[in-house]
Amino acid sequence: MKEGYELIYKRPGTLTDRRMSYCPGCFHSTIHKFMMEIVEEMDIQDKTVGVCPVGCSVFAYHYLDIDMQEAAHGRAAAVATGIKRVLPDRIVFSYQGDGDLAAIGTAETLHACNRGENFTFIFINNGIYGMTGGQMAPTTLDGQITSTCPYGRDVDTAGMPLKMAEIISTFEKVAYVERVSCNTPANARKAKRAIKKAFEYQMEGLGTTFIEVASNCPSNWKLTPEESLKWLEEKVFPYYPLDVFRDVKKLKKEE
Amino acid sequence: MAQKGYVEIAIEVCKGCNLCVIHCPTECLALNTSDTNSYGLHYSTLAKPEDCIGCANCAVMCPDAAITVYREKKEKRPNPRKGGNSG
Ligand SMILES: Cc1ncc(C[n+]2csc(CCOP(=O)(O)OP(=O)(O)O)c2C)c(N)n1
Ligand code: SF4
Ligand code: SF4
Ligand code: SF4
Ligand SMILES: [Mg+2]
Repeated sequence: MKEGYELIYKRPGTLTDRRMSYCPGCFHSTIHKFMMEIVEEMDIQDKTVGVCPVGCSVFAYHYLDIDMQEAAHGRAAAVATGIKRVLPDRIVFSYQGDGDLAAIGTAETLHACNRGENFTFIFINNGIYGMTGGQMAPTTLDGQITSTCPYGRDVDTAGMPLKMAEIISTFEKVAYVERVSCNTPANARKAKRAIKKAFEYQMEGLGTTFIEVASNCPSNWKLTPEESLKWLEEKVFPYYPLDVFRDVKKLKKEE
Repeated sequence: MAQKGYVEIAIEVCKGCNLCVIHCPTECLALNTSDTNSYGLHYSTLAKPEDCIGCANCAVMCPDAAITVYREKKEKRPNPRKGGNSG
């Protein structure tokens, strides 16, 4: 370090040195980074347990230097339920894509939330099946082109894109639901704060916490990382607004 | 004028996504288009070091945590808002 200067930011020690397999500009990496910054700041490295999905983040355990458990496709919420119930003093999260959480795993997700399982969902909604080559997901936007809807999603036959944050915010035992993104420094900082808040609520035993990330997939959207931010702002946020959809602490105050 | 801040970018970690470059408020970063890292990717560099203010926007945006940020140490001056009744 040059003399007269102080360190403002460095890569968290809780991220391994391994090069992340994600494409350039992919928010999977950004969220990994924030989660590990939080684990370092809260000093909970030996108390945090993550559950990996099937999807691009299937190898998250290579990068997050904490205890991790791989789950079968869509079953992360069930696995996280088991871990948290057996080890209630741990900070437990499931980390899942939209195909994992909102297609094959919808049942596990909804029932875990309905039971108010006291762990945190980190839901990476990029509107597509990234890992398998860009097929339509339940969250693909109306008219959005993917490899399995080359003329654009037809909502008459495929239904409307699922708004998971809004749906989950209706469950009474859910403590906190927020949708965030990482398209600007301000929003990215907010995303980190939301994840930290979710962990804090979990440590207070308040119930399920659910952070949806309006994420990107430059590779399968066939856009540059920079263009993927524009797509988020112009197409994704109007349908998937960034907001806090449920906060039990605020609800209690209003009572 | 002394530099307010500076950054170090881990060349082999950088994937050349350009997100740090477009979000730097003083436009002092740029991809090095005449060189690549061992993955064949153009990497980000502090092209105008004199303009860096150490705000860390680049590090917040960098998906791969490739950026380390430093800022000039400030002399601790008493804060006029604290300790008085200036309201
Ligand atoms: C039982 C089962 N069905 C299907 C697959 C194929 N598959 C792998 S990943 C995936 C979806 C990934 O999409 P998403 O969860 O959105 O994650 P992303 O890669 O976009 O982050 C599918 C369908 C599988 N591995 N196992
Ligand atoms: S395919 Fe998409 S979601 Fe997967 S790593 Fe690449 S950009 Fe990210
Ligand atoms: S610290 Fe701020 S001013 Fe310096 S390079 Fe990064 S974004 Fe630009
Ligand atoms: S944001 Fe990170 S990975 Fe992307 S160009 Fe800048 S330093 Fe490289
Ligand atoms: Mg996906």
